[in-house]
Amino acid sequence: MHQRLTVHDPRGYPPKVTGKRLAARKETLEGKLIYLVDCLFDNSDVFMAQMQQWLTENHPSVHTQIVQPSSLREFTPSKSWADDPEMLARIRADGDGAILGVGL
Amino acid sequence: MALETAGVPTISVHAPIFDGVARSVARANGMPTLRQAFVPQTIMGRSPAELRAFLERNDPVSNRPLMQEVIGGLTGALTEEDLKGVSFERATPRLLEPDTEEHLRELFIKNRWTDYLPIVLPTEERVAQMLTGTSHPPDEVVGRLRPTSGREYWEFTVEKVAVNAVMAGARPEYLAVILALAASGMSARSSSTTSFATLSVVNGPIRREIGMNTAIGALGPYNHANATIGRAYGLLSQNLQGGSVPGDTYMGSLGNWYAYSATFPENEERSPWEPFHVQHGFKSDDSTVSTFLGGWYTQAGFGTRDTWAQRLIHLLTACEPYLAPLLVLDPLAARGFVERGFDTKKKLIEWCAENARLTAREYWDNPWTQTLIRPLALTGVEPYATHLKAGADELVRMFRQQDINVVVAGGETTSAWKLIGASYRGNTVSIDAWR
Repeated sequence: MHQRLTVHDPRGYPPKVTGKRLAARKETLEGKLIYLVDCLFDNSDVFMAQMQQWLTENHPSVHTQIVQPSSLREFTPSKSWADDPEMLARIRADGDGAILGVGL
Repeated sequence: MALETAGVPTISVHAPIFDGVARSVARANGMPTLRQAFVPQTIMGRSPAELRAFLERNDPVSNRPLMQEVIGGLTGALTEEDLKGVSFERATPRLLEPDTEEHLRELFIKNRWTDYLPIVLPTEERVAQMLTGTSHPPDEVVGRLRPTSGREYWEFTVEKVAVNAVMAGARPEYLAVILALAASGMSARSSSTTSFATLSVVNGPIRREIGMNTAIGALGPYNHANATIGRAYGLLSQNLQGGSVPGDTYMGSLGNWYAYSATFPENEERSPWEPFHVQHGFKSDDSTVSTFLGGWYTQAGFGTRDTWAQRLIHLLTACEPYLAPLLVLDPLAARGFVERGFDTKKKLIEWCAENARLTAREYWDNPWTQTLIRPLALTGVEPYATHLKAGADELVRMFRQQDINVVVAGGETTSAWKLIGASYRGNTVSIDAWR
């Protein structure tokens, strides 16, 4: 019979996760303003420019604007460029939707 | 997610390798149905025409046309799950169910709680003994860690740090150093795709008190304290932050051997220069530990012979321009630089900053200067804004002085030195506060 040991659990304490609802969607994007958020990963700006062109060609009544984070003054590993408060405020003010890319 | 909660519909576009982590992050933030779309392949280095072609193809995860997924993600009725999100609590017990040593070892490996080297099982007796290494109560909250931005922070106590210190094979007298590392807020298991590890440098009297090796083999596996403190930092990071699991909470493409253990003390006694912690505002009799994110590239050389300047310039320009070097010099090498007129670390740093130059074309033709530095240049942050305006063949400085650091370590068997890519962000923590 092998001896049974009692050992500690090595994990930390995760926070409680509280469910959050998604924002209500429009029926269509036609006539709406969609922000294309360049998350600043390498080549994201080129990708978003291509996406804007695609939307212009295929859904000409959808208004698009490419935005980039602009108020962060230093890179911090614990923050994403997409956390930029000025950019988020601008999108919240009049955006009907946002496409974020590419990356997390 | 901040936009969704503010009432703005969003969809995030990722490379397909991020499928698992994107969904895991969404769930951990209470929004498991957050809309995500995936491009066929990573976009780095792709031409505009190739990226346009991506938009005409299918999302490789849903197997539906990518732009249909994008537009669909911003329109239409929400489901019940979309409206509710997901709420849950995850408890971490203090103790595991009693079992045999063999089964417990299997459990720790199965749950990815180890670095796959043998561990010391954290029995109640061993953890209690470890806790004698600090005056702080076991239930005191030490801090919070997470593997990357977007993830939720996990919290931990003195006892939880002690558990991981036991697993690493550390001794109670090392616990104050390990607690200081845990309190630094810097994970040694960051999830960046760059495969960065975290190095740490110990300064002050604690080095001698616990018998750390500052001399021959200081950066190698030749000292119990050096080895197990570094290992404890890695284990506590992965276990206290909610994991470091490839494809989920770890996305470093190659991984990094520095992540096994990368803690060493400065050889203050044999250094001709001011110790690192004194450079950063501490007293010489304070004990501290400083953390450096990186450990990605390593360049190396010997001596300060006639062509030292050319050789050092070669090595500096071979460094990654977004990640300044930590120069680790053997005392012989440090004194060699003193003989060349560098009687302070500052002078050597100034020389490196002045002479490490690349053409603007090379400087900017790098995925991480594009990702980490170009955004700053675009908002006018200097010197990056000037670098961005430079002509393609114009030489630009690779590093700011404040980003280059110098530490002395080693045993004077030869005049050796290394340049290790490592970012220091003022993160020097008092060890004395955790005694």
